[in-house]
Order: sequence, then C-alpha cells, then structure tokens
Amino acid sequence: MPIKSYLVHPHSGRKKELIKALSVIDQCQIVPAENKELIVLVTDTETGKEEENLKEKLEAIESLKLLAMVSGFNTP
Amino acid sequence: MYTSLSNRRSFIKKMAMLSAMTAAASMFPGILFADEQEKGIPDNVNLNWKKGPCRFCGVGCGILVGTENGKAVAVKGDPNCSVNKGLLCVKGYHQIMCIQSKDRLTHALVKKNGRYVQTPLDEALDIVANKMKETIASHGKDSVAMYTSGQSTIPEGYVASKLMKGAIGTNNLDCNARLCMASAVAGFLTSFGADEPMGCYEDIDHADYFVTWGNNMAEMHPVLFSRMLEQKSLRGAKIIDFATRTTRSSTASDKSILFEPQTDLAVANAICYEIIKNGWVNKSFVEKHCSFSKGLTNMGYGLEDKYKFKDKPEKIDFEAYKEFLKDYSPEKVSKYSKVSVKDIKYLASIYGNPNNKVVSYWCMGMNQHTRGTWMNNLVYNIHLLTGKISQPGNGPFSLTGQPSACGTAREVGTFTHKLPKGVVMNKKHRELAAKIWKVPVERIPSKPTYHATEMFRAVDRGDIKFIWTQATNPLVSLPKTGRYRPAMEKKSCFVVVSDVFPTPTSDVADVILPAAWHIEKSGLYGNSERRTQHWNKMVEAPGEATADAWMFIEVAKRMGYGDLFPYSKENHVEEIYNEYRQFHEGAKHGMAPLEVLKKESGAIWPYVNGKSTQWRFNAKYDPACSNDEAFHFYGKPDGKAVIWQRPFEEAPEKPDQEYPFWLNTGRVVEHWHTGSMTRRIPVLHQAMPNAYVEFHPDDAKKLGIRNGENIKVSSRRGSCVLPASINERGLPTKGQVFVPFFDENMLINDVTLDAFCPISKEPDYKKCAVKVQKV
Ligand code: SF4
Repeated sequence: MPIKSYLVHPHSGRKKELIKALSVIDQCQIVPAENKELIVLVTDTETGKEEENLKEKLEAIESLKLLAMVSGFNTP
Repeated sequence: MYTSLSNRRSFIKKMAMLSAMTAAASMFPGILFADEQEKGIPDNVNLNWKKGPCRFCGVGCGILVGTENGKAVAVKGDPNCSVNKGLLCVKGYHQIMCIQSKDRLTHALVKKNGRYVQTPLDEALDIVANKMKETIASHGKDSVAMYTSGQSTIPEGYVASKLMKGAIGTNNLDCNARLCMASAVAGFLTSFGADEPMGCYEDIDHADYFVTWGNNMAEMHPVLFSRMLEQKSLRGAKIIDFATRTTRSSTASDKSILFEPQTDLAVANAICYEIIKNGWVNKSFVEKHCSFSKGLTNMGYGLEDKYKFKDKPEKIDFEAYKEFLKDYSPEKVSKYSKVSVKDIKYLASIYGNPNNKVVSYWCMGMNQHTRGTWMNNLVYNIHLLTGKISQPGNGPFSLTGQPSACGTAREVGTFTHKLPKGVVMNKKHRELAAKIWKVPVERIPSKPTYHATEMFRAVDRGDIKFIWTQATNPLVSLPKTGRYRPAMEKKSCFVVVSDVFPTPTSDVADVILPAAWHIEKSGLYGNSERRTQHWNKMVEAPGEATADAWMFIEVAKRMGYGDLFPYSKENHVEEIYNEYRQFHEGAKHGMAPLEVLKKESGAIWPYVNGKSTQWRFNAKYDPACSNDEAFHFYGKPDGKAVIWQRPFEEAPEKPDQEYPFWLNTGRVVEHWHTGSMTRRIPVLHQAMPNAYVEFHPDDAKKLGIRNGENIKVSSRRGSCVLPASINERGLPTKGQVFVPFFDENMLINDVTLDAFCPISKEPDYKKCAVKVQKV
C-alpha cells in the first residue's frame, strides 16, 4: 500500500486549474502553498499497479509542469 | 505505538506530507503552507504537547512532541522557539519514529561464551562496576577509559567527568566531539581565550552577506539555511558558498566558488593580504583590541602512535604579519587554489567594504582539517582585521553538528584536558573542581591523556583494558576503522557500549547497556549559539532502558563512590544541573536557572541579571566587558584577540599516480551521522537507502562509469564498494570523489586516514588519496 509525497509544479499561471484537477482524484491529498507556485501532493494507493496508473494519470494533466517525488514507502 | 492500521496510515501520510513541505521550504525561501502542520495531525486524538530541543543536530530547533496515552505520536516545530520559529527539517519532523523500531535495545545483553544473553540491568551494572574495579586494581586507573558524546545530555556529561576525573582520578575521558568540534574549540581558545561563538542566530536577520566556508548548510543545518534564504528574498542578503564540492547549498547561493582541497588556508591569507593592501583594515579596532602572534609550523600530522605536539606562540607585530602575507597575493594563491584572482578579490571586497555586515559560517569543512585550528584562526583574522565581529550581523560563527557538542562536550568538558570550568593543567581549575566535587585536589591528574584517535590506538596497543562508550558509534565514525574494529575485538580490552539501538560498535561489546532515548528521560542540551535547552521526560522508556546518567551513578555507587553521587533517581537531572551551574557562576559564563529553562525555549549564556547575552565581547550587550571600551576580549589576559600568522601547508596525503583521486566524506540531509537512528525511520531510510560514491561527470565518462554501477574505492588503508552517483545529490570537483558516511553496510571510514590537526587533535575526513575501480 504505497504512500508517496511529491512537489507539484504547475505551468505558469495555471496553479488554480491544477489544484482543481488534483482535487477530484480520489487517491490524492493536496496542500497548495499560499505564496508560491507549488503544490504538495500525497498519494495513497492500494497496490503498486494502482500507483503506476495514478502516476500516468497525473502526468497527463495539462496544467502540470513537473512532478518531483520527495518520499515514498509501502505500509501494511 | 499505534492502535490501528488506519491510524498508522494517516500518521504516515502526514509524515510524507511534512517531508514534502520541508523539501519545499529548502527550495523556496519563505514558502507558507498555512496551518498544515497542525491540520495534518490526526484529529481524533487528544494530544498533550511537551516542549524540548530536537534530538538531532546542533542547530537546536525547538520541538513540541504530542503525546497520547503515554505514547509519543506527533512532532511539530515550536513556534515560540527563536531558533526555528516553528520550522523543522525532514529529520526533525520524523524523529520520534525511530523509538518504535523493532530491534530497539530494551534489556542489558552480556556476552557469554560468544553469545549475547539477556541479563537483568542490575546484574549487568554489577558486571561493569566489578570489571572496572578489577582492571584498575590490576593495571592502574589509566587502564580504564570512557568515550562519550556530543549527544549526551549536560547531566550525563557532568557525571561522566565527575566519575572519571573526580572519583577514579584518570583523565581517560574523551568524546566524539573531538571528531567534529575540537578545531573550533582550539581556534576559539587560541584567538580569544574563550570557547564558543560570540554571536547568535539573530545575526541572520541583520547580515548583508553570508559566506559559508566548506559548509553545506542546506543539508546539514537546513533550518538555519531556510532562515538565510528568507533574508535573501526579503532583504536581498547574499549567500556566497566557498567549497570543494557543488551542493544544494551552492545552487541556492548567489555565488559558488570552488577551491582545491586544503588551499582554504592560502585563500584566507590572500583575503587578509587584499584587506591590508586596499586599506580596508579597521585601524582603530585592530590597535585597541588585537595583538599578533605566530606559532610553530611543519607540525606533522599525528599519523604515528603517541605523537605529541605543543605550540610555542611568539608575539609579532603588524609589520611582520604584513611581510608574511606577501606570499599570499591573489595572483600567487590563485595558481594552486584554483580560485580565480577575481574571485579572491571579490571575497576580500565583501569583508573589506565597511558598509557590509558579514557573517562567516563553517562546520566540518574547516574543522575536520589537518590544519583545522589554523583555519579557524585565519577566518577570525579576517573578521578582526575588519572589525566585523561581536555585532548584530557581523561575526565569525562556527556551527556544531551534534545537539549538545557545545552544552556537554565543550561546556561540561568531556575531553581529556577539560574540567567543567577550565582545564586539568591549571591548578586553580583543579582546585575549583575538587571543591565542588568534594574530592581531594590531588586526585584530579594534571596531565591530559588520550584524545579520541589516540584512545582507540591505546586500545589496539593493549594499554587500555576497559572502555565504555555512550551514545556514539566509533566503529563507523572513527577514521581508519579498519584498524580500530579489530582493536576493539581484542581480548585485551573489555568493551561496554550503552546505546539505544544495536550498532557495529555494540557488535563488539562484552556488555551492552540499554539506553533511554532523548524524550524518555529529562535532560539539557546546549546548541551552537550558546543556548541551553531543557526538557522533561515525555514518555516511558521500553523494558529496562535507562538514562545514561543514572547508569553512571549506579556504577559509581557500586564502585564505592556513592557519597560523591548523592542524587535521587527522580530528580537527578535537576540536582546535577544545579551542582554544575556553580562552575560557571559569574558574568562570563553564568548559566540560566532551571526554572527559566523549564519555562522558555532555552536561554543563551552568559545569562546575567535575568538576561541572555546575545553578543559577547561587545560592551553594549555583554555585562562582562570591563575595560571601558566598546569591545573587550576578556578571554585573554591583555583583553585583546589574537591575529595569528598561520601559513598554508600541504595535506598529509595527496592524489598521486597510484591513488589519483581526493576522497571527501560527509553527510546527507536525510541521515544523521552514522544513521543508527535515521536509518530506522522508514521515510528517511527509503528516501536515502544507501551510501554512494559521487563522481564529476567528466571523470565518470573518462573511466566509463555509469550511474549505479558498483565501484570499489580503495586507499592505502582499506576499501569500500558503493554504487556510483553522477549528477545526483552533489557534484564533486574533477579529480575528487565524495562518499557519505551514514551507511554501516558501506564503511567508508575503512578508507579514510587518521591524520589530525596537531593542536586540536581533530581528524581530517575530507582529504585522502584513493583509486576507483569498477567491480
Ligand atoms: S535543523 Fe537540526 S535541529 Fe532543526 S529540525 Fe533539523 S535536525 Fe533538528
């Protein structure tokens, strides 16, 4: 059951759009920075496969410029 | 620790979120995430928050630990602590997660017929005390030794010193701060006659320039670096990184200047040359407050056993000093330092401009140096020549690595030559210790014995027959562990190890004592800015794990010294601190009373008339100044700080045909020192699971080395196999490789050299010659 955290960088001026896109994904929990173009994202999935699918889904979001993983681990 | 999986899961999610926020904070100065820190904490719990200092580094961030039903379940930064103002780094947030580790040492283990047998603590302490007594009876008191830590609390260091020096009567006590801070101590004492920085962290809010000397603060002192980045963004303060490797600090700085290892000595002299040449000397400051001296040169490197050195200071005048500096023009120094003439002049101009406020920061790069004391002196020279010292935003500042390297190792004095006040060589200091300890003064020997490296050499030679280590892991952290591991395994020495987790050091112990962790006991630490911080016990330790101080006291009682240790189990921390405070009474080093420390997030000594002294030696802030001048360097009998003539000298071992690379070793942000705690914290371990050897991409290309390939790094002493890392965390200069030392499965200290600074006796982990091969 992987839990991962990421720094998510939006394309310029598209932070709000990105927040919206991420908020509707079940496995995602986000904390947008108040004063910078950056969003902290924590993903919580049941299996490695689900995790991979999610990653693909995230990378397909148009307003997302860069997804940088910070920490990640498996937990029972 | 957790009652349900879902609870644990939400806790881990919160931790994952906090690491991302912390990473963001080091990349984006001043970034804000509203109240997420608290929001992320499980809301169905009723937490009781207790204050203390962080367990890990010498920054000394204030933490609040949330406990519920006797368990620690969350950590957050203490917004009332002026050190970190609520911020914490990734290690700080996750610290309590190690105490639940499955392999925690919860009971004493005694080796019987080659196997460890769980033994009641009382019985194990009997064995330790009897063995110590027997060894002293058969081989004399200098056959037993104790090796403690900058992670020991102030009371722990104090009772260790009292037991060894006051009760037993041997100076065979040294500590791991010898490996990290001894050059800073020797630098302070030779230049100012008083240890520890004159300024404080508030300097960050005032400085225009921060010059970091061989110091990767973004990873090693992350919270302070965030504060600097905030000032960079708020006020346009500039950060200049002067180092031998490009790091996260370099990329976040305004300018990164790289130099050839060991030539920092020459560059510092070149800066002074330029300051004098351009008329930037603050003449009235230097005339009133400085004197000039030179010492012996070509001191050697301590590579041979029983090496001895004593400096012979000699007064010189400004003209002689100026003449000496002629060898250090930027043009001459540029040739071998690989720093351009322009960059040397630029550095000099930062310090030379009277309108700039400048703070210099350093830590291991300057201290772990075979000329570490000199290097410290040279940076002081720059600040003294320009008068940029002891004022808000102006000053040299040596940072510490361990949470109580200052409070315990340096102030209590758990070094062979030290006493809680002063040194064993000084009769008055011995008399004061004897009076407070209530022992005959003759019992405290007047000669220092073994510093850390020499202590383990003495174990190898068979001179030390009993050694007790606490809160430290020398078989990972000593240089040239290839010699000292077999030494500790020898039958000739009985080894006692007190620790929280098993380590490669406890693997060779005859008795392992289970120590209580930080928040499982009360204690006091002292951080880099002279701040003393107190905390109360927050949770119970598991099994028979016990505070180190109490284990010392129990052994002392069993050895027949009970009358010297009349403390109670419940209140010993308080009783010991109150006894210890007597050593430092007065305006120069007064310590805050416990009642104050219990209420506040620490206080800075000298604590005089109910106030911390933030800038020492400056009459405006420091009540100990008594010469009716603006500044008074009262550590020296003449009230003057010393500008030292110290030359550039080569490193003991340099790359050659057979061993063509420099080896530099150090740390990473995720792990704390030898990793015995942080490698047991899943988030941190998974973020950085193993050590690696970093290459410059050009070197890697030339050797056909790709990322992740296994590489054997060998020196004349030993070898270590690690995966290659190219263009990842850091970027060493061409001809240099870098390896972090946190990984006990890849012991890079089998490769390093046990050469040390002859004055401070601190080893140099940053420079030796190695070759690399694909395996
Ligand atoms: S910077 Fe140091 S003291 Fe502060 S949280 Fe990190 S490890 Fe702890």
